[in-house]
Amino acid sequence: MSSVLAPGTQAPDFTLSVTPDQKLSLHDLRGQPVVLAFYPADWSPVCGDQMTLYNEILPEFQKYKAEVLGISVDGAWCHAAFAKHQHLHFPLLSDFEPKGAVARSYGVYRQQDGFCERALFVIDENGVIFWSYCSPVAVNPGADGILEALENMKGKRQSHDQVESTRRAS
Amino acid sequence: MTKLRVPVGPADHALGDERAPVTLVEYGDYQCPHCGHAHPIVKGARKHFGKQLRFVYRHFPLTQIHPMAEPAAEAAEFAGAHERFWEMHDALFENQESLGLPLFADLARDLGLSSQDLVGALESHEFLPRIKEDVMGGVRSGVNGTPTFFINGYRYEGLYEFENLVEAIDKELENAEMPHRRAG
Repeated sequence: MSSVLAPGTQAPDFTLSVTPDQKLSLHDLRGQPVVLAFYPADWSPVCGDQMTLYNEILPEFQKYKAEVLGISVDGAWCHAAFAKHQHLHFPLLSDFEPKGAVARSYGVYRQQDGFCERALFVIDENGVIFWSYCSPVAVNPGADGILEALENMKGKRQSHDQVESTRRAS
Repeated sequence: MTKLRVPVGPADHALGDERAPVTLVEYGDYQCPHCGHAHPIVKGARKHFGKQLRFVYRHFPLTQIHPMAEPAAEAAEFAGAHERFWEMHDALFENQESLGLPLFADLARDLGLSSQDLVGALESHEFLPRIKEDVMGGVRSGVNGTPTFFINGYRYEGLYEFENLVEAIDKELENAEMPHRRAG
């Protein structure tokens, strides 16, 4: 079994359907943090749904200028219906054909089940994975880890900028 | 283990003895059917444990799928400002099917509160900042849906059926009584 891509790895690029007639590429988002949230399937039957939670706290992610992307093997029409039903305000990507190819490239495909793990990736402005986490498939990982990673990333960037500007000044 | 980041304090809505060995914190949504299911179970657990259990309720309305959850939380806070939080809390869960302004106004009247003031508080969103504060504290603590329970500061991962909840609290009571076991 392949393992979840670790921090420091360049995030594999992809181009996937975001609506039945629109595509989105990871490299389009270069220059801003990206939260990539893999989840097993649309229509999970609980109020504790992972995508519902992210939708609810979208403004918190936006404080870090982060783009949130949900991703599962469901088709674009299924995503469209699910997003409409849950009033989701962020894109859901279809890792549909070839099925699970992107999940595989991130090391989070469940071959035996035919869907992906609940796995989170926070990707920095340069397209490098800053933080990743794979949750047991039955457990919604929540948002605390993502927010902490975004916070740490911001802190790191600020101290880096500081070093740069001191270097320039001296 | 996921830890509660915002400790229970005087601003919380709490039932039971402050020195109780176990504190159960719920992050809930008045329109969430699972929270509605858990409501009588929590009540049962409180009765079962008596003075040994303190219960704290915090708001976590999922506004995008439950349009009445946030106004309901505001109605509870309005009642709370008049020392009637728990009566409103119970009534909201018991009337979960008919959440809406007419119900909130009726419930306020039943508690001897001004329904006009309630409508005013909901229109001005007087209590919304507090609710948002609960939500953000919850998110930082790893609340991942509703209801989410914390037992003595740690997220409870089990089912919220009576037997499971009682068992988990029992275990915590044992730990509290024999602190040296805690390390294990």
